[in-house]
Amino acid sequence: MENNTFNIGSIRNDFPILNSKVKGKQLIYLDNAATTQTPKAVIDSIVSYYSNLNANIHRGVHYLSQKATEAYEDARKKFQKQLNAKSSSEIIFTSGTTHSINLVANGFIDLLNKGDEIIVSHLEHHSNIVPWQMLCEKTGATMRVIPMNEKGELIFSEYEKLLSDKTKIVFVNHVSNALGTINPVKEIISKAHEFGAAVLIDGAQALPHFKVDVTDLDADFYVGSAHKLYGPTGVGILYGKEDWLTKIPPYQGGGEMIDEVTFEKTTYAKLPNKFEAGTPNIAGVIASAVALDYINRVGLDNIAKYEKELLDYATGKLLEIDGVKIYGDTSNKTSVISFNIGNLHHYDIGSIIDNEGIAVRTGHHCAQPIMDYFNVSGTVRISLSFYNTKEEIDSLINAIMMAKKMLS
Amino acid sequence: MFSDWTEKYEYIIDLGKSLSVIDPKFKTPENTIKGCQSKVWLHAENTDNKIIFTADSDAIITKGIIAILIRVFSNQSAKDIINAKSDFIEEIGLKQHLSQTRANGLSSMVKQIKLYAIAYSNK
Repeated sequence: MENNTFNIGSIRNDFPILNSKVKGKQLIYLDNAATTQTPKAVIDSIVSYYSNLNANIHRGVHYLSQKATEAYEDARKKFQKQLNAKSSSEIIFTSGTTHSINLVANGFIDLLNKGDEIIVSHLEHHSNIVPWQMLCEKTGATMRVIPMNEKGELIFSEYEKLLSDKTKIVFVNHVSNALGTINPVKEIISKAHEFGAAVLIDGAQALPHFKVDVTDLDADFYVGSAHKLYGPTGVGILYGKEDWLTKIPPYQGGGEMIDEVTFEKTTYAKLPNKFEAGTPNIAGVIASAVALDYINRVGLDNIAKYEKELLDYATGKLLEIDGVKIYGDTSNKTSVISFNIGNLHHYDIGSIIDNEGIAVRTGHHCAQPIMDYFNVSGTVRISLSFYNTKEEIDSLINAIMMAKKMLS
Repeated sequence: MFSDWTEKYEYIIDLGKSLSVIDPKFKTPENTIKGCQSKVWLHAENTDNKIIFTADSDAIITKGIIAILIRVFSNQSAKDIINAKSDFIEEIGLKQHLSQTRANGLSSMVKQIKLYAIAYSNK
């Protein structure tokens, strides 16, 4: 059940790191698209797991193993519910979004032939480009790119032109990590399906900001990372439609993913175990579900509303600064602002405001094609979370003014 | 030496601004130093058995840091450059102001300067 009252003071108290000091200054953490901070409930869950529950899952008849297995499988059910997947066996735990993408890309090696085409968007993170390039090298398939416009939006009419019977898979992020653009993934999926192509949506930057329903989207694959979702590092989520997950072969061999093993032949376990070879990050998976509970207690609708307020405030304040250029000024975006100031180097700005305790990302954000489009070597990126405040944005603006003065 | 971080940064920025400009023809991919977050070019010339370094960066703080290195290493003999200790980087408190990636960039610059000296001493 969602809270109707959104109390920023009590929310900030849930995150121990937000009270810490950096270089003698109060930390102002504005790099949430890189990783989000961890609420105490999640940290406690990790401590509690190793203090009370630690055992290997799915193997032991003993009490602890059964309890750990239950907690792990409950986590799977929570992610199923969160994403509205039809079955919990359609949720695979991986080590992160990159792992999830590689798992799917690897699964398509046997499904692609020379002359087949795969479609990527210009707005992708390198981790949603490189695994597919490797796939193309292995299979002889060709990669086509959905172009973007000056606002940082994908050009849908151009996408429609790229689709054909040769298209086998389309992969697009739900939200651009570098610009915050929310892509029309439902329409992208529905168009691809007209040509029988599968679609993978990289939801790493979407899941923390708004409700995602994979059944409504009709996504074939949907991937994300727990550490961008207020959970621990080292846990990724892969949703895949049962048909697809049955069709693609396992990515790694090992324990847990087998049905029967002889030296002549091994038969694989059913979903989801087929893709979870070896001992998974049990503590991390359980803690990730605690993070989901936390987000749902705050309420994704409350989060979206508050983050929009922060985004508008920060955008307005930044644009008051002479020489600021924001990249990607679409109206449909998450709380990410990518910008430069005149000829100042993003690295110089980031270095100076770091001394004021302010954490931002500078550089190409693992999305060099976007930087090339705008003809810049990089940008300063601030990415806001529901625990940030307008006061923090004011401090950012003051620090930027100071940097500007020092550098000019 | 400096009362707070702003003075230190202002000093580095001023050094960056005063760094004599590298001839654009030397801003080649071969003269680019890898391992830096910003673009860095370093060129070396051997004149009267002294090595003269010129450099540039698109980021002014990086340029200031290179200026310090050039002030120390330029116009020295190859032998002196090779034998020079680079402890002064620690001593002036530069490294503690840099993040790990930036400190790596600084190490790359020192390494490149020493490599030039080794190359010239073998000629």
